[in-house]
Amino acid sequence: MRGIKTLRRTFVKSALVLAAGMATMSAPLVSAEEWAEKEELKFGFIKLTDMAPLAVAYEKGYFEEEGLYVTLEAQANWKVLLDRVIDGQLDGAHMLAGQPLGATIGFGTQAHIITAFSMDLNGNGITVSNDIWSQMKEHIPHEDGKPVHPIKADALKPVVEKYKADGKPFNMGMVFPVSTHNYELRYWLAAGGIHPGYYAPHKGDTSGQIDADALLSVTPPPQMPATMEAGTIYGYCVGEPWNQQAVFKGIGVPVITDYEIWKNNPEKVFGVSKQWADKYPITHKKVVKAMIRAAAWLDADNNANRPEAVKILSKSQYVGADYDVIANSMTGTFEYEKGDKREVPDFNVFFRYNATYPYYSDAIWYLTQMRRWGQISEEKSDDWFMETAKKVYRPDIYASAAKELIKEGKLDAKDFPDFATETGFKPAQKGFIDNIVYDGSKPNEYLKKFEIGLKGAEKI
Amino acid sequence: MTTALSNIAWISPFVSIAKGEDVSGNIQTIIKTIGLPLAGLLVFLMIWQAAASNINTSLGQFPGPGDVVTQTKGLLTEHFTEREKADAFYERQEKRNAARVKQDPTYVPKIRDYTGKPTYIDQIGTSLVTVLSGFILASLIAIPFGIVIGLSANLYSAFNPVIQIFKPVSPLAWLPIVTMVVSALYVSDDPMVPKSFVTSMITVMLCCLWPTVINTAVGVASIPKDLVNVSQVLRLSYMEHVRKIVLPSSIPMVFTGLRLSLGIAWMVLIAAEMLAQNPGLGKFVWDEFQNGSSDSLGRIMVAVITIGLIGFLLDRVMLMIQRKVSWDKSAATR
Repeated sequence: MRGIKTLRRTFVKSALVLAAGMATMSAPLVSAEEWAEKEELKFGFIKLTDMAPLAVAYEKGYFEEEGLYVTLEAQANWKVLLDRVIDGQLDGAHMLAGQPLGATIGFGTQAHIITAFSMDLNGNGITVSNDIWSQMKEHIPHEDGKPVHPIKADALKPVVEKYKADGKPFNMGMVFPVSTHNYELRYWLAAGGIHPGYYAPHKGDTSGQIDADALLSVTPPPQMPATMEAGTIYGYCVGEPWNQQAVFKGIGVPVITDYEIWKNNPEKVFGVSKQWADKYPITHKKVVKAMIRAAAWLDADNNANRPEAVKILSKSQYVGADYDVIANSMTGTFEYEKGDKREVPDFNVFFRYNATYPYYSDAIWYLTQMRRWGQISEEKSDDWFMETAKKVYRPDIYASAAKELIKEGKLDAKDFPDFATETGFKPAQKGFIDNIVYDGSKPNEYLKKFEIGLKGAEKI
Repeated sequence: MTTALSNIAWISPFVSIAKGEDVSGNIQTIIKTIGLPLAGLLVFLMIWQAAASNINTSLGQFPGPGDVVTQTKGLLTEHFTEREKADAFYERQEKRNAARVKQDPTYVPKIRDYTGKPTYIDQIGTSLVTVLSGFILASLIAIPFGIVIGLSANLYSAFNPVIQIFKPVSPLAWLPIVTMVVSALYVSDDPMVPKSFVTSMITVMLCCLWPTVINTAVGVASIPKDLVNVSQVLRLSYMEHVRKIVLPSSIPMVFTGLRLSLGIAWMVLIAAEMLAQNPGLGKFVWDEFQNGSSDSLGRIMVAVITIGLIGFLLDRVMLMIQRKVSWDKSAATR
């Protein structure tokens, strides 16, 4: 024991000398360096592959290089995670894009949460049980013996109608009322003419099952496969690796990825409370810097680092699923039916296409879906959508972090949007499964394009 | 040395053989004390292996004894790599602190604890500390309380219903209440011990209080009349009566209670850790279940066996202490 201690001491001593040398050499360069106000931080996450930027920033030492000592802690479910960010037990967390928005407008728990970093694009899938799949399959066009993708919910409609006629509820799982998954599953179902149900918070109804053909309910992501195996739900929408897990376990078949529902849709964000961000602005900026570097690493050289990232994620303290299960989607492929593995190179996007930049138009899309399904029970003006997005999404903090990285030579200016001219609105987006075009600057007009869903002054 | 060795049941026959005493008789004793348990264990392992290869779950085959050995090794390796990472972490931190002091002389360097994950061994440590804290806290309350109500039949009748009602309450029922109360009352910016630790400890305490209370009370109430008379003749004060007469004569019963309590404490702790996501073996089991990797079941099995072994060891330790302090050696053999 003493041997180890002396060894450690000599090591530290030589390290000190070394460090002193380095410090004098680089002193003029970093003389104006700021220090984080809070150095010991605890961030929460849910066991999903898109928590990767956090794990990578930790394992690759990006947090430490910013002088931050971060502990990452898996959380039981999205509600617990949000509550712990609100009451300060967590400094920040991997959040569903809808969570900061929902919390800020007061759907569910009311609290002002902001985000300056978008964690990834795409990454979800919809899976149905083997039994439902065999019933759906006869309604899906085939080519060369394989089903033609993307599969629309039209193929599921006859199945749901049969259940309805038999008086049996058709239950499906999603991960949280304001989750991307809820909106994507609803979008897909509604595009195929299946009504996913309305919310009516002003009447105290937050089950989201009013007028529903398919009844959606909440299940935490890691428990999805087990819940479907138990027969409680017939299908679910969730992030990876829980769709691929169903294939590996042979209990279900993923029918569509969210990339096919909406090409390059924003998925998770890194959320902190407004209060925390105001109290520790430098810390917040440094956190964003470390995470931008992690995201860039994840997408560098055409996903060359992904296998290493998968190795990190498969550790039990992060996602903990088997390497092969995580690798399937993280390395750009997706397995639908067992053996039917297809290339989806953009299934998980962490950095390219400016994936990390918090676009106002992304925020507004989520707000439009909250309005569409009644979570926002009254008509809101286009200005309201704009103001709310600005309250929650903070590209200004992102820009200051990115500019520092460019100055330090860690990343290139061409990796980022042009901050001088960027408005925060993506040009009108196509690429939705129902071919409806989304323009973030006209939310009310967008809502009018949907056949199923609340619009204008409609109220439940 | 030999006398100390010969006190341990399964070693004494070897010692006797070495001394050349009653060889055939001692061999029989050896077969009984070592051979039979070993045979039982072997049969169990065989049944386990056979059953395991016939159970297929969606996470792969049910782990047999071989998988458990592999996983145990894996967990140990993980522990040592994590320790190396921790050392590297402290080194980097020293460097960074030194560099910072260079630039900003007013900065007082601070060494922060390792931020990596707790290893399996760490989890065992956390669980043991938690269970012992809860158990000691419970004993500190239960023994005095048991003595007081044991000494007075009236007090006993008064408190008995309360005890009987709370005794069968499961930890899972207490947990939400304890969690909320601890969150409300235990507020500090830089807490000495984490909230989760306090929650687990109090839950354990509430559940393992009762066997000690009841056994102590019964032990105290059943002191031989003669001893009580002696105490009265000598006109011992209340405290002296407790110290000289009550405690010594009720110790076997108190320890029976304590042993039961510790057993319950250990079981409650694992459940509390699982449900409340408090660090420890219970959380380890839950996390592995959530991970759903092909190693998960094997790792959970390792935890199951560890929990059993530790529970067994805790019981043996209590038994040893009981033998040491008890005058009635025959009361504590099993």
